[in-house]
Amino acid sequence: MRSGASALTRFRSIALGGMSLADYGFYILCATAVVLLLAEAVRDTTNFAQTLVFGLTQGAIFALIALGYTMVYGIIELINFAHGDVFTLSAYIGTTILGLFTVTEGSFTALNLVALVIIFPVVMLIMGGINVAIERIAYRPLRSAPRLAPLITAIGMSFFLEGVMFLWKGPATVHFPNILPQWTTTVGGVFFGLKDIFVIITAAILVALLAFFINRTRLGKAMRATAQDRDAAQLMGIDINRTIAATFFIGALLAGAGGVIYGLYYNTVYYQLGFRTGLIAFTAAVFGGIGNIPGAAIGGLIIGLTAAFSDSYIGGKWTTVVIFGILIGVLVFRPTGLLGMRVPEK
Amino acid sequence: MALLELEGIDAFYGRIQALRSVSIRVEKGEVVALIGSNGAGKTTTLRTISGLMHPRSGSIRFEDREITQTGPSKIVELGISQSPEGRRLFARMTVIDNLFMGAYTRSDRAGITSDMERVFKLFPRLQERRSQIAGTLSGGEQQMLAMGRALMARPKLMMLDEPSLGLAPILIETIFSIVREINSQGTTVLLVEQNAHKALEVANRAYVLETGVVVQQGSGQELLASEEVQKAYLGM
Repeated sequence: MRSGASALTRFRSIALGGMSLADYGFYILCATAVVLLLAEAVRDTTNFAQTLVFGLTQGAIFALIALGYTMVYGIIELINFAHGDVFTLSAYIGTTILGLFTVTEGSFTALNLVALVIIFPVVMLIMGGINVAIERIAYRPLRSAPRLAPLITAIGMSFFLEGVMFLWKGPATVHFPNILPQWTTTVGGVFFGLKDIFVIITAAILVALLAFFINRTRLGKAMRATAQDRDAAQLMGIDINRTIAATFFIGALLAGAGGVIYGLYYNTVYYQLGFRTGLIAFTAAVFGGIGNIPGAAIGGLIIGLTAAFSDSYIGGKWTTVVIFGILIGVLVFRPTGLLGMRVPEK
Repeated sequence: MALLELEGIDAFYGRIQALRSVSIRVEKGEVVALIGSNGAGKTTTLRTISGLMHPRSGSIRFEDREITQTGPSKIVELGISQSPEGRRLFARMTVIDNLFMGAYTRSDRAGITSDMERVFKLFPRLQERRSQIAGTLSGGEQQMLAMGRALMARPKLMMLDEPSLGLAPILIETIFSIVREINSQGTTVLLVEQNAHKALEVANRAYVLETGVVVQQGSGQELLASEEVQKAYLGM
């Protein structure tokens, strides 16, 4: 399909006032969406605000998962299809660990608080270890193989993890204890609870910690350097294997926290949850610009909001179509995403 | 005892042999140049020294220590750093972060700070642009940063791959005078260049590579005067 590819290239390269036609299309579509949403916001403010709250909450969870996709892609150009299942597995491990405590569901006790404080670091560290093992077993031996090879082992790893969860707890949905405070309120007709606030704040703290780690610490800088030029990073004395393992570890810390947050919020998980959620988070990473860390966080929020608005204004059964339509649209017209990297080359 | 000694190096990319029994010696305090045309194996030689690739046969010794199969991070720790061909900066990081990456294997904060000052003294432009993103620097500034970054490892041997490539003549002068200055401050330099004239002027000794084989060697002056070198590389 050479002519097709070149037609697309030609289309992308038509420039008008410094921006390509495809860029105009991208911005016009974004602007249209914003205008339509604003019209809805004026017509029915309460419903709009309610959708906004829900969109932000699920967007925060997508963001946590999307970060893992984008970090791994940034450093080894692998779409880690097992990442969504790492997210689900953390919810499975989380509910198992909570089962060891005699937590009270439906009200908030001191023991609940203790369980809450313990479960995050424990699950996150376990997931970090598991993800490092996944990289060691399924990706590192294929480091110099053609790029399709680790992609296939990633899909294999995804099925493997789903199989493990299936064998462990069966095909039915699994209950996740409801141990957060049940306090809710209504402000101007908009209903929200402490749960929503908890999700958004926890995610924000984790993203802030990640930003600090990536931008300020020695290992974080080594990760960025490795992502930008692996050979040059080696010439600086950076141990590539260690840095890549660290990337998988940190990606899994975030996905692990995301899985626990998801469980605490929705109180139900099932073994294939990570397939769809993972793909949506991947879309978020592509939308933000795959490989771009702030892009993944913003992309997660935007995709979460898009899903919520689509549920509310278009209808739930269309939401998957809308989201993956966005994925296709971005890949065709703006493969660098919203905050895609554009570095002047000299 | 030579600082660096390559003996009978054979190196391959897949089935293609890039180096054939290459032997090179660098004494402490020297500037040694490797000259030759495109594809002669100059960059490959540096890659085998840096440990980015390993030779199929032959040996590499640094300070009388076998490093033929040693990995790149260990080699930086031992005291060999490289400013690679095409500069290979971390384009989305600031000038100062690029320099810090150069000192990645070191933990002596005071030493790193004083070396940073030394780099800024050699390249005042870098100090002016310390917070700028490396990818937005001009070509000459990028070359300075690549050299400064290699110096931040406080190397015993600094390898420069094509430092003059793509630079304006006046900048080439500057770069080579800085190479001299770095050398006079006590760093041994192994220089790879297509700009043979400039390289031979600076070098104490030089090797001529042709399709993976060392075809000629001698002092910089000898090679400048050599008829074959003049014909093939100096365009005389």
